[in-house]
Amino acid sequence: MAQNSSTTSPKKKGAVSYNKWGYIFLIPFFVTYIIFNLVPLFSTIYYSFFKYYREGLNWIGPEFIGFDNYVKLFSDSRIFDYGINTLIMWVIGFVPQILVSLLLASWFSDTRFKLKGARFFKTVIYLPNLIMAAAFAMLFYSLFNAKGAITQLVQSWGWVDSNFDFFKPVWSARILVGLMNFLMWFGNTTILLMAGIMGIDVSLYEAAEVDGANSKQRFWQITMPLLKPIFVYVFVTSLIGGIQMFDVPAILTQYKGTPFAGGKFTTMTLIMYLRQTLTSRDYGTSGALSVILFFITAVLSLLVYRVMYSKKSREA
Amino acid sequence: MSNTITKKGDSTKSRLVFAYVVLCFLTVLCLIWFVLLFMSTTQSGSELNVRFQLKIGSSFMTNLKNSINSQNILRGMLNSVIISGSCALLSTYFSTLTAYAIHAYDFRFKGAIFTFILAVMMIPSQVTVLGFVDLLDKLHLTENYTGLIVPSIAAPVTFYYIKQYMESALPLSLVEAARIDGSGEIRTFNSIVLPLMKPAIAVQAIFAFVGQWNNFFVPSQVIIERRDLKTVALLIADLRSMDFKNFDLGQVNMTIFLSIFPTVLIYLILSKHIVGGLALGSVKG
Repeated sequence: MAQNSSTTSPKKKGAVSYNKWGYIFLIPFFVTYIIFNLVPLFSTIYYSFFKYYREGLNWIGPEFIGFDNYVKLFSDSRIFDYGINTLIMWVIGFVPQILVSLLLASWFSDTRFKLKGARFFKTVIYLPNLIMAAAFAMLFYSLFNAKGAITQLVQSWGWVDSNFDFFKPVWSARILVGLMNFLMWFGNTTILLMAGIMGIDVSLYEAAEVDGANSKQRFWQITMPLLKPIFVYVFVTSLIGGIQMFDVPAILTQYKGTPFAGGKFTTMTLIMYLRQTLTSRDYGTSGALSVILFFITAVLSLLVYRVMYSKKSREA
Repeated sequence: MSNTITKKGDSTKSRLVFAYVVLCFLTVLCLIWFVLLFMSTTQSGSELNVRFQLKIGSSFMTNLKNSINSQNILRGMLNSVIISGSCALLSTYFSTLTAYAIHAYDFRFKGAIFTFILAVMMIPSQVTVLGFVDLLDKLHLTENYTGLIVPSIAAPVTFYYIKQYMESALPLSLVEAARIDGSGEIRTFNSIVLPLMKPAIAVQAIFAFVGQWNNFFVPSQVIIERRDLKTVALLIADLRSMDFKNFDLGQVNMTIFLSIFPTVLIYLILSKHIVGGLALGSVKG
């Protein structure tokens, strides 16, 4: 925005005739966005206020029922159970992810810490992020199922009994999902944190060193406080990603969200629930659930936007 | 004095050793799955049914043939290439065009439009999938690639990265010079702006391609009946619903291998640009 004032203001007359092209070049984006994103968003919101579902071969509705779909969703414990499942599996992946990423980022960005092969390690840790989550989950299923390679190995080493199945106990099923999320995302987080650390003014470290601060003090007194905005960014974007958790638990448990324990499906996530309402053609419930998820992500996005925006204005 | 120096050197050294141990552990943790997968692709289904062995067997080609014949995985890969390739082209071309509109021109509501695109960047596609599938239904576009390809013209995230790069790589004096030489606005964009943006476009094209190749939820709601139209991700999901006890595990592993092999290959060839390009524009400062 700032750059235009220097180029266009001296000869405003000439610029005026060109500027209509700004609108013209925006047409493809906005036409596509309106058709494929805004119209679906509004029809999703619209359906959330209607009784509209398929029973056998017949469609019931659409009949306007106000907020009944929302009331029905919240009077059922499933939305809370699946929300908590999603959150638990996200935390299992996120906590080790942020700790490991911070450690790696501080090593990779420390120039005096002469780490050899840093590029090799960076390449390797980012690799799982580009693997198809569905295929990665399928691979985990084929390795960890009752007859899978890893199950056989840990059984033959005597670590577990001979009829152990990773997908039967709640803890091991959830940990597998968390482990996969950790593996897929810690490389990405490392690179984000690294970019953040490298953006810190080197003279701060030099000054601290002159004042006799050791590496631990430099890390806790300089790096950590200045990384706060990026932590917020990583935390919130990861949470938004966590809410979208679907591919991994869906493929691992064949959309079922098993194991079933204590009267609930323990690896069923919110988006798996959404898929369930979609495949059963319950448009009303599906719409209400979508709107709730939309509001949660919108609030979280606003938070990210504010962190990024306030940082920019501080720089300017 | 000398005492403190050697002490300092020792502690750096032990930290370095610790770093290597952690990094090697993480490397193993990242790669072990793919090593095990590769080993499984070389062992026959009947061998695997008895017991998986930590070795490289001789059934790779047999499994490959079976996977191609009964899973029709090659058709799936072709479908994925068509969709992902088209998305990569459309999203990078039109994101550059959108970024150029905001970067190079001055018009009313420009700030508001830019803010709008940033604001919608994080909205997940899942929350509008109900309306999206309903729309495709009404337009008779289910079991069809249109709904999977055309929406990539509006790709806010790609736009954002390209806009960031454009701010540092496209001097507006160049655009002015082209105008003085009598170049039209569309021609200026195609023959001057696009070539200058090549590094960012290449990185974003790879991300768009890989992202679409791996995409599962939305395609699974659009392509349901037509098996010949299914992408690799959808074939993988079908694999899970088969009965493993009566199924050739060598073939299952081969199909998984083929679905991740192309993206891994692209990544390893271009990793230098990808890992570097990630930090670029993501979090500045």
